[in-house]
Amino acid sequence: MGLGALALILIALNVYTDWLDPLRERLATAVTPLYSIVDWPRSALEWSQESLRSREQLQEENQLMKSELLIHKRKLQQMASLAAENVRLRQLLNSAEMVKDRVLVAELIGVSPDPLTHRVIINKGRRHGVYLGQPLLDAYGLMGQVVEVNEFTAQVLLITDATHALPVQINRNGVRAVAEGTGDLYSLKLRHLANTVDVREGDLLVSSGLGGRFPVGYPVAEVVSVVHDPGQPFAEVEARPDAQLNRSRHVLLVFSGRHGEGVKGIVEPVEPTSEVPGSAVESTP
Amino acid sequence: MALIKAHNRYIIVLTFFVALLLSVFPIGSGNAWLRPEFVCLLVIYWVLALPQQSSLLFIWLLGCLQDLLEGAALGQHAMALMVVAYVCLLSYQRMRNYSLWYQTFLVFVLVGLHQLVDNWVHSLQGGAAHTLVFLLPAFTSALFWPLLWMWLERLRIYHRVT
Repeated sequence: MGLGALALILIALNVYTDWLDPLRERLATAVTPLYSIVDWPRSALEWSQESLRSREQLQEENQLMKSELLIHKRKLQQMASLAAENVRLRQLLNSAEMVKDRVLVAELIGVSPDPLTHRVIINKGRRHGVYLGQPLLDAYGLMGQVVEVNEFTAQVLLITDATHALPVQINRNGVRAVAEGTGDLYSLKLRHLANTVDVREGDLLVSSGLGGRFPVGYPVAEVVSVVHDPGQPFAEVEARPDAQLNRSRHVLLVFSGRHGEGVKGIVEPVEPTSEVPGSAVESTP
Repeated sequence: MALIKAHNRYIIVLTFFVALLLSVFPIGSGNAWLRPEFVCLLVIYWVLALPQQSSLLFIWLLGCLQDLLEGAALGQHAMALMVVAYVCLLSYQRMRNYSLWYQTFLVFVLVGLHQLVDNWVHSLQGGAAHTLVFLLPAFTSALFWPLLWMWLERLRIYHRVT
Protein backbone atom coordinates (compact mmCIF):
# COMPACT_ATOMS: atom_id res chain seq x y z
CA MET A 1 0.00 0.00 0.00
CA GLY A 2 2.88 2.32 0.81
CA LEU A 3 4.27 1.72 -2.67
CA GLY A 4 0.91 2.50 -4.24
CA ALA A 5 0.76 5.77 -2.33
CA LEU A 6 4.31 6.54 -3.39
CA ALA A 7 3.36 5.90 -7.02
CA LEU A 8 0.40 8.27 -6.68
CA ILE A 9 2.63 10.95 -5.16
CA LEU A 10 5.14 10.50 -7.98
CA ILE A 11 2.38 10.83 -10.58
CA ALA A 12 1.07 13.98 -8.90
CA LEU A 13 4.57 15.51 -8.71
CA ASN A 14 5.13 14.66 -12.35
CA VAL A 15 1.87 16.02 -13.66
CA TYR A 16 1.59 19.19 -11.59
CA THR A 17 5.21 20.21 -10.96
CA ASP A 18 8.55 19.90 -12.73
CA TRP A 19 10.59 19.03 -9.64
CA LEU A 20 11.25 15.51 -10.82
CA ASP A 21 12.53 16.49 -14.26
CA PRO A 22 16.28 16.59 -13.42
CA LEU A 23 16.00 13.17 -11.77
CA ARG A 24 14.07 11.80 -14.73
CA GLU A 25 16.66 13.04 -17.20
CA ARG A 26 19.47 11.46 -15.24
CA LEU A 27 17.69 8.12 -14.90
CA ALA A 28 16.47 8.08 -18.48
CA THR A 29 20.07 8.35 -19.69
CA ALA A 30 20.60 4.89 -18.23
CA VAL A 31 17.52 3.47 -19.93
CA THR A 32 17.70 4.90 -23.47
CA PRO A 33 20.38 2.41 -24.66
CA LEU A 34 17.44 -0.02 -24.89
CA TYR A 35 16.20 2.02 -27.81
CA SER A 36 19.50 1.49 -29.59
CA ILE A 37 19.14 -2.27 -29.06
CA VAL A 38 15.63 -2.22 -30.48
CA ASP A 39 16.80 -0.04 -33.34
CA TRP A 40 19.59 -2.45 -34.18
CA PRO A 41 17.69 -4.64 -36.72
CA ARG A 42 16.70 -1.59 -38.70
CA SER A 43 20.16 -0.06 -38.68
CA ALA A 44 21.62 -3.42 -39.71
CA LEU A 45 19.17 -3.53 -42.61
CA GLU A 46 20.04 0.01 -43.59
CA TRP A 47 23.74 -0.76 -43.39
CA SER A 48 23.36 -3.81 -45.62
CA GLN A 49 21.31 -1.82 -48.10
CA GLU A 50 24.01 0.85 -48.12
CA SER A 51 27.00 -1.41 -48.45
CA LEU A 52 25.70 -4.32 -50.51
CA ARG A 53 24.75 -2.35 -53.57
CA SER A 54 25.75 -2.89 -57.13
CA ARG A 55 27.96 -0.47 -58.99
CA GLU A 56 25.16 0.39 -61.44
CA GLN A 57 22.77 1.30 -58.65
CA LEU A 58 25.36 3.55 -57.05
CA GLN A 59 26.14 5.25 -60.34
CA GLU A 60 22.48 5.77 -61.05
CA GLU A 61 21.94 7.25 -57.61
CA ASN A 62 24.99 9.44 -58.03
CA GLN A 63 23.61 10.77 -61.32
CA LEU A 64 20.26 11.51 -59.70
CA MET A 65 21.89 13.31 -56.80
CA LYS A 66 24.05 15.38 -59.10
CA SER A 67 21.08 16.59 -61.09
CA GLU A 68 19.19 17.27 -57.89
CA LEU A 69 22.13 19.25 -56.56
CA LEU A 70 22.18 21.27 -59.76
CA ILE A 71 18.52 22.14 -59.38
CA HIS A 72 19.03 23.19 -55.78
CA LYS A 73 22.08 25.23 -56.69
CA ARG A 74 20.11 27.10 -59.29
CA LYS A 75 17.48 27.89 -56.69
CA LEU A 76 20.21 29.02 -54.32
CA GLN A 77 21.59 31.43 -56.93
CA GLN A 78 18.28 33.23 -56.93
CA MET A 79 18.19 32.94 -53.15
CA ALA A 80 21.44 34.87 -52.91
CA SER A 81 20.11 37.86 -54.78
CA LEU A 82 16.80 37.69 -52.95
CA ALA A 83 18.53 37.50 -49.59
CA ALA A 84 20.71 40.47 -50.53
CA GLU A 85 17.65 42.41 -51.56
CA ASN A 86 15.97 41.47 -48.30
CA VAL A 87 18.96 42.74 -46.33
CA ARG A 88 18.94 46.02 -48.25
CA LEU A 89 15.21 46.52 -47.69
CA ARG A 90 15.57 45.72 -44.03
CA GLN A 91 18.37 48.22 -43.72
CA LEU A 92 16.14 50.82 -45.38
CA LEU A 93 13.47 50.03 -42.83
CA ASN A 94 16.01 50.18 -40.00
CA SER A 95 14.87 46.77 -38.74
CA ALA A 96 17.05 44.09 -37.23
CA GLU A 97 18.96 41.80 -39.50
CA MET A 98 17.58 38.29 -39.95
CA VAL A 99 19.53 35.84 -37.86
CA LYS A 100 20.90 32.85 -39.70
CA ASP A 101 20.35 29.49 -38.03
CA ARG A 102 22.98 26.86 -37.47
CA VAL A 103 21.90 23.25 -37.75
CA LEU A 104 22.99 19.82 -36.61
CA VAL A 105 21.96 16.65 -38.40
CA ALA A 106 20.48 14.01 -36.11
CA GLU A 107 18.91 10.64 -36.61
CA LEU A 108 15.71 9.23 -35.18
CA ILE A 109 16.39 6.17 -33.06
CA GLY A 110 13.03 5.57 -31.47
CA VAL A 111 9.37 6.44 -31.35
CA SER A 112 7.34 6.56 -28.17
CA PRO A 113 5.32 3.33 -27.99
CA ASP A 114 2.42 5.15 -26.38
CA PRO A 115 -0.21 5.90 -29.03
CA LEU A 116 -1.50 8.85 -27.00
CA THR A 117 1.76 10.80 -27.02
CA HIS A 118 3.66 11.83 -30.11
CA ARG A 119 7.27 11.74 -29.04
CA VAL A 120 10.40 10.62 -30.82
CA ILE A 121 13.91 9.96 -29.57
CA ILE A 122 16.90 11.32 -31.47
CA ASN A 123 20.52 10.26 -31.21
CA LYS A 124 21.89 13.64 -30.09
CA GLY A 125 21.91 14.79 -26.50
CA ARG A 126 23.47 17.20 -24.04
CA ARG A 127 26.90 16.03 -25.15
CA HIS A 128 26.16 17.45 -28.60
CA GLY A 129 24.83 20.76 -27.32
CA VAL A 130 21.13 19.96 -27.51
CA TYR A 131 19.05 22.13 -25.18
CA LEU A 132 15.50 22.16 -23.84
CA GLY A 133 12.97 23.68 -26.22
CA GLN A 134 15.22 23.35 -29.25
CA PRO A 135 13.27 23.12 -32.53
CA LEU A 136 13.55 20.11 -34.79
CA LEU A 137 12.99 20.13 -38.55
CA ASP A 138 13.02 17.64 -41.34
CA ALA A 139 13.53 18.35 -45.03
CA TYR A 140 9.91 19.45 -45.46
CA GLY A 141 9.01 21.46 -42.39
CA LEU A 142 8.87 21.89 -38.65
CA MET A 143 8.61 18.67 -36.65
CA GLY A 144 8.63 19.58 -32.99
CA GLN A 145 10.67 20.66 -30.01
CA VAL A 146 13.01 19.00 -27.54
CA VAL A 147 11.29 18.32 -24.22
CA GLU A 148 13.81 16.13 -22.45
CA VAL A 149 17.58 16.14 -22.85
CA ASN A 150 19.59 13.10 -21.83
CA GLU A 151 23.33 12.68 -22.07
CA PHE A 152 23.44 11.09 -25.55
CA THR A 153 19.81 11.24 -26.66
CA ALA A 154 16.91 13.65 -26.51
CA GLN A 155 13.14 13.33 -26.55
CA VAL A 156 11.22 15.48 -28.98
CA LEU A 157 7.54 16.37 -28.70
CA LEU A 158 5.98 16.48 -32.17
CA ILE A 159 3.75 19.37 -33.19
CA THR A 160 0.76 17.03 -33.56
CA ASP A 161 0.80 15.91 -29.91
CA ALA A 162 -2.45 16.79 -28.20
CA THR A 163 -0.59 18.90 -25.63
CA HIS A 164 1.39 20.92 -28.16
CA ALA A 165 0.59 24.27 -29.74
CA LEU A 166 2.72 26.69 -31.72
CA PRO A 167 2.27 30.22 -33.08
CA VAL A 168 2.04 30.33 -36.87
CA GLN A 169 1.12 32.82 -39.56
CA ILE A 170 -0.47 32.39 -42.94
CA ASN A 171 2.25 32.88 -45.51
CA ARG A 172 -0.08 34.57 -48.01
CA ASN A 173 -1.24 37.44 -45.83
CA GLY A 174 0.55 37.24 -42.51
CA VAL A 175 -2.51 36.49 -40.38
CA ARG A 176 -1.37 35.09 -37.05
CA ALA A 177 -2.88 32.02 -35.44
CA VAL A 178 -2.09 29.21 -33.04
CA ALA A 179 -1.77 25.72 -34.48
CA GLU A 180 -2.71 23.06 -32.01
CA GLY A 181 -1.95 19.36 -32.15
CA THR A 182 -4.89 17.00 -32.21
CA GLY A 183 -3.28 13.67 -31.39
CA ASP A 184 -3.56 12.70 -35.05
CA LEU A 185 -0.27 12.62 -36.97
CA TYR A 186 -1.87 14.14 -40.05
CA SER A 187 -3.78 17.05 -38.65
CA LEU A 188 -3.41 20.33 -36.80
CA LYS A 189 -6.19 22.71 -35.81
CA LEU A 190 -6.06 26.51 -35.82
CA ARG A 191 -7.51 27.89 -32.60
CA HIS A 192 -9.68 30.95 -32.18
CA LEU A 193 -9.65 32.08 -35.78
CA ALA A 194 -12.63 34.37 -36.36
CA ASN A 195 -15.10 33.54 -39.12
CA THR A 196 -14.20 36.72 -40.99
CA VAL A 197 -10.48 36.00 -41.20
CA ASP A 198 -9.12 35.44 -44.69
CA VAL A 199 -7.98 31.82 -44.72
CA ARG A 200 -8.39 29.43 -47.62
CA GLU A 201 -7.69 25.84 -48.46
CA GLY A 202 -4.12 25.40 -49.64
CA ASP A 203 -2.72 28.25 -47.56
CA LEU A 204 0.77 27.64 -46.25
CA LEU A 205 1.28 28.14 -42.52
CA VAL A 206 4.77 29.14 -41.45
CA SER A 207 6.14 29.56 -37.96
CA SER A 208 5.78 33.13 -36.79
CA GLY A 209 8.43 33.02 -34.09
CA LEU A 210 6.20 34.90 -31.67
CA GLY A 211 6.49 32.31 -28.94
CA GLY A 212 10.23 32.88 -28.93
CA ARG A 213 10.83 29.18 -29.25
CA PHE A 214 10.62 28.37 -32.95
CA PRO A 215 12.56 30.39 -35.53
CA VAL A 216 10.59 32.50 -37.99
CA GLY A 217 9.57 31.34 -41.42
CA TYR A 218 9.79 27.56 -41.42
CA PRO A 219 6.86 25.82 -43.11
CA VAL A 220 4.57 24.11 -40.62
CA ALA A 221 1.42 22.93 -42.36
CA GLU A 222 -0.96 23.41 -45.24
CA VAL A 223 -4.62 24.27 -44.69
CA VAL A 224 -6.81 21.43 -45.92
CA SER A 225 -10.28 22.47 -44.81
CA VAL A 226 -12.03 25.60 -43.63
CA VAL A 227 -15.54 25.26 -42.20
CA HIS A 228 -17.59 28.34 -41.35
CA ASP A 229 -20.40 27.29 -39.07
CA PRO A 230 -22.67 30.28 -38.29
CA GLY A 231 -23.51 28.70 -34.94
CA GLN A 232 -19.90 28.67 -33.87
CA PRO A 233 -17.93 31.73 -32.76
CA PHE A 234 -14.80 30.63 -34.61
CA ALA A 235 -14.00 29.03 -37.93
CA GLU A 236 -12.92 25.40 -37.90
CA VAL A 237 -9.63 25.26 -39.75
CA GLU A 238 -7.74 22.03 -40.22
CA ALA A 239 -4.20 21.80 -41.54
CA ARG A 240 -1.90 18.99 -42.54
CA PRO A 241 1.71 19.11 -41.30
CA ASP A 242 4.34 19.53 -44.01
CA ALA A 243 6.97 17.54 -42.13
CA GLN A 244 6.81 13.80 -42.63
CA LEU A 245 6.24 13.13 -38.98
CA ASN A 246 6.11 9.36 -39.20
CA ARG A 247 8.62 8.81 -41.98
CA SER A 248 11.58 11.13 -41.62
CA ARG A 249 14.67 9.48 -40.16
CA HIS A 250 17.22 12.19 -40.74
CA VAL A 251 16.27 15.38 -38.99
CA LEU A 252 17.81 18.78 -38.30
CA LEU A 253 18.28 20.42 -34.91
CA VAL A 254 18.29 24.20 -35.18
CA PHE A 255 20.54 26.21 -32.87
CA SER A 256 19.61 29.81 -32.27
CA GLY A 257 21.49 32.57 -30.47
CA ARG A 258 24.63 31.46 -28.67
CA HIS A 259 23.49 27.89 -28.16
CA GLY A 260 25.74 25.14 -29.44
CA GLU A 261 28.74 27.36 -30.13
CA GLY A 262 31.92 25.39 -30.52
CA VAL A 263 30.18 22.04 -30.72
CA LYS A 264 31.58 19.63 -33.30
CA GLY A 265 29.42 18.77 -36.30
CA ILE A 266 27.22 21.84 -36.38
CA VAL A 267 26.81 23.25 -39.87
CA GLU A 268 27.30 27.02 -40.00
CA PRO A 269 25.01 28.92 -42.38
CA VAL A 270 26.20 29.95 -45.82
CA GLU A 271 26.46 33.71 -46.09
CA PRO A 272 25.02 34.83 -49.42
CA THR A 273 25.04 38.41 -48.15
CA SER A 274 28.82 38.62 -47.88
CA GLU A 275 29.07 39.79 -51.51
CA VAL A 276 26.82 42.70 -50.72
CA PRO A 277 28.58 45.23 -48.49
CA GLY A 278 26.61 47.76 -46.51
CA SER A 279 27.67 50.53 -48.88
CA ALA A 280 25.50 48.93 -51.53
CA VAL A 281 22.55 50.65 -49.90
CA GLU A 282 23.75 54.07 -50.98
CA SER A 283 24.64 52.98 -54.49
CA THR A 284 21.21 51.54 -55.18
CA PRO A 285 19.05 54.04 -56.95
CA MET B 1 9.02 -23.69 7.87
CA ALA B 2 11.11 -24.63 4.92
CA LEU B 3 11.97 -21.69 2.77
CA ILE B 4 11.81 -22.21 -0.97
CA LYS B 5 15.29 -21.86 -2.33
CA ALA B 6 15.80 -19.40 -5.12
CA HIS B 7 16.80 -21.14 -8.30
CA ASN B 8 17.43 -19.63 -11.72
CA ARG B 9 15.76 -16.36 -10.78
CA TYR B 10 17.70 -14.59 -13.52
CA ILE B 11 15.26 -16.13 -16.02
CA ILE B 12 12.54 -13.89 -14.59
CA VAL B 13 14.66 -10.77 -15.00
CA LEU B 14 15.55 -11.88 -18.50
CA THR B 15 11.91 -12.29 -19.53
CA PHE B 16 11.14 -8.82 -18.19
CA PHE B 17 14.07 -7.40 -20.09
CA VAL B 18 12.75 -8.90 -23.32
CA ALA B 19 9.27 -7.58 -22.49
CA LEU B 20 10.67 -4.06 -22.03
CA LEU B 21 12.42 -4.33 -25.38
CA LEU B 22 9.20 -5.50 -27.04
CA SER B 23 7.29 -2.67 -25.43
CA VAL B 24 9.37 -0.09 -27.31
CA PHE B 25 9.97 -2.05 -30.51
CA PRO B 26 8.94 0.23 -33.39
CA ILE B 27 5.79 -1.08 -35.10
CA GLY B 28 4.49 1.99 -36.90
CA SER B 29 2.03 4.56 -35.68
CA GLY B 30 -0.91 2.87 -37.40
CA ASN B 31 -0.55 -0.29 -35.31
CA ALA B 32 0.37 1.39 -32.05
CA TRP B 33 -2.92 0.42 -30.39
CA LEU B 34 -2.45 -3.25 -31.31
CA ARG B 35 0.69 -3.79 -29.26
CA PRO B 36 0.04 -6.18 -26.37
CA GLU B 37 1.12 -4.95 -22.94
CA PHE B 38 3.98 -7.42 -22.59
CA VAL B 39 5.25 -6.18 -19.23
CA CYS B 40 1.78 -6.37 -17.72
CA LEU B 41 1.26 -9.89 -19.10
CA LEU B 42 4.54 -11.05 -17.59
CA VAL B 43 3.67 -9.53 -14.23
CA ILE B 44 0.39 -11.47 -14.28
CA TYR B 45 2.18 -14.67 -15.25
CA TRP B 46 4.93 -14.50 -12.65
CA VAL B 47 2.56 -13.51 -9.86
CA LEU B 48 0.35 -16.48 -10.71
CA ALA B 49 3.31 -18.85 -11.01
CA LEU B 50 5.29 -17.74 -7.96
CA PRO B 51 2.90 -15.73 -5.74
CA GLN B 52 4.91 -16.19 -2.54
CA GLN B 53 8.16 -15.08 -4.12
CA SER B 54 6.86 -12.13 -6.09
CA SER B 55 7.82 -8.78 -4.66
CA LEU B 56 5.69 -5.70 -5.11
CA LEU B 57 8.81 -3.57 -4.78
CA PHE B 58 10.33 -5.28 -7.81
CA ILE B 59 7.13 -4.73 -9.78
CA TRP B 60 7.03 -1.10 -8.68
CA LEU B 61 10.61 -0.50 -9.82
CA LEU B 62 9.84 -2.29 -13.06
CA GLY B 63 6.90 0.05 -13.65
CA CYS B 64 9.12 3.08 -13.04
CA LEU B 65 11.64 1.68 -15.50
CA GLN B 66 8.93 1.33 -18.11
CA ASP B 67 7.83 4.91 -17.44
CA LEU B 68 11.36 6.19 -17.98
CA LEU B 69 11.66 4.14 -21.14
CA GLU B 70 8.38 5.27 -22.65
CA GLY B 71 8.72 8.86 -21.46
CA ALA B 72 5.48 8.61 -19.50
CA ALA B 73 4.80 10.29 -16.16
CA LEU B 74 6.98 8.65 -13.53
CA GLY B 75 4.79 6.28 -11.52
CA GLN B 76 2.16 5.76 -14.20
CA HIS B 77 3.02 2.19 -15.09
CA ALA B 78 4.22 1.56 -11.53
CA MET B 79 0.72 2.32 -10.31
CA ALA B 80 -0.98 0.31 -13.05
CA LEU B 81 1.23 -2.75 -12.54
CA MET B 82 0.77 -2.57 -8.75
CA VAL B 83 -3.00 -2.65 -9.14
CA VAL B 84 -2.79 -5.65 -11.49
CA ALA B 85 -0.31 -7.49 -9.27
CA TYR B 86 -2.42 -6.84 -6.18
CA VAL B 87 -5.57 -8.28 -7.78
CA CYS B 88 -3.54 -11.28 -8.96
CA LEU B 89 -2.11 -11.83 -5.48
CA LEU B 90 -5.61 -11.79 -4.01
CA SER B 91 -7.01 -14.30 -6.47
CA TYR B 92 -4.11 -16.47 -7.67
CA GLN B 93 -5.51 -19.63 -6.06
CA ARG B 94 -8.65 -19.44 -8.12
CA MET B 95 -7.06 -18.10 -11.29
CA ARG B 96 -4.55 -20.94 -11.50
CA ASN B 97 -7.36 -23.50 -11.52
CA TYR B 98 -9.40 -21.93 -14.26
CA SER B 99 -9.22 -23.27 -17.78
CA LEU B 100 -6.91 -21.44 -20.15
CA TRP B 101 -9.84 -19.80 -21.98
CA TYR B 102 -11.39 -18.53 -18.81
CA GLN B 103 -7.98 -17.25 -17.73
CA THR B 104 -7.74 -15.44 -21.04
CA PHE B 105 -10.94 -13.60 -20.27
CA LEU B 106 -9.62 -12.63 -16.84
CA VAL B 107 -6.40 -11.41 -18.43
CA PHE B 108 -8.52 -9.15 -20.61
CA VAL B 109 -10.09 -7.69 -17.48
CA LEU B 110 -6.72 -7.29 -15.72
CA VAL B 111 -4.97 -5.61 -18.64
CA GLY B 112 -8.09 -3.50 -19.08
CA LEU B 113 -7.60 -2.37 -15.48
CA HIS B 114 -3.98 -1.52 -16.34
CA GLN B 115 -5.16 0.51 -19.33
CA LEU B 116 -7.73 2.33 -17.20
CA VAL B 117 -5.04 3.52 -14.78
CA ASP B 118 -2.86 4.45 -17.75
CA ASN B 119 -5.60 6.46 -19.35
CA TRP B 120 -6.45 8.11 -16.06
CA VAL B 121 -2.89 9.48 -15.78
CA HIS B 122 -3.08 10.59 -19.40
CA SER B 123 -6.30 12.41 -18.62
CA LEU B 124 -4.50 14.29 -15.82
CA GLN B 125 -2.00 15.45 -18.42
CA GLY B 126 -4.75 16.43 -20.84
CA GLY B 127 -4.15 13.80 -23.52
CA ALA B 128 -6.56 10.98 -22.80
CA ALA B 129 -8.21 8.81 -25.43
CA HIS B 130 -11.77 9.93 -26.02
CA THR B 131 -13.11 6.56 -27.11
CA LEU B 132 -12.78 3.02 -25.81
CA VAL B 133 -9.85 2.51 -28.19
CA PHE B 134 -7.52 2.47 -25.18
CA LEU B 135 -8.93 -0.97 -24.33
CA LEU B 136 -7.62 -2.41 -27.59
CA PRO B 137 -4.24 -3.41 -26.07
CA ALA B 138 -6.18 -5.40 -23.46
CA PHE B 139 -7.86 -7.30 -26.27
CA THR B 140 -4.63 -8.13 -28.11
CA SER B 141 -2.93 -8.98 -24.81
CA ALA B 142 -5.70 -11.45 -24.03
CA LEU B 143 -5.35 -13.00 -27.49
CA PHE B 144 -1.65 -13.37 -26.82
CA TRP B 145 -2.08 -14.90 -23.37
CA PRO B 146 -2.61 -18.64 -24.17
CA LEU B 147 0.54 -18.68 -26.30
CA LEU B 148 2.53 -16.82 -23.67
CA TRP B 149 1.21 -19.01 -20.88
CA MET B 150 2.16 -22.28 -22.58
CA TRP B 151 5.54 -20.98 -23.62
CA LEU B 152 6.43 -19.56 -20.21
CA GLU B 153 5.22 -22.71 -18.41
CA ARG B 154 7.64 -24.75 -20.50
CA LEU B 155 10.42 -22.26 -19.85
CA ARG B 156 9.76 -22.18 -16.11
CA ILE B 157 9.55 -25.95 -15.70
CA TYR B 158 12.53 -26.62 -17.93
CA HIS B 159 14.76 -24.23 -15.99
CA ARG B 160 13.08 -25.05 -12.66
CA VAL B 161 12.67 -21.39 -11.77
CA THR B 162 11.60 -20.99 -8.17
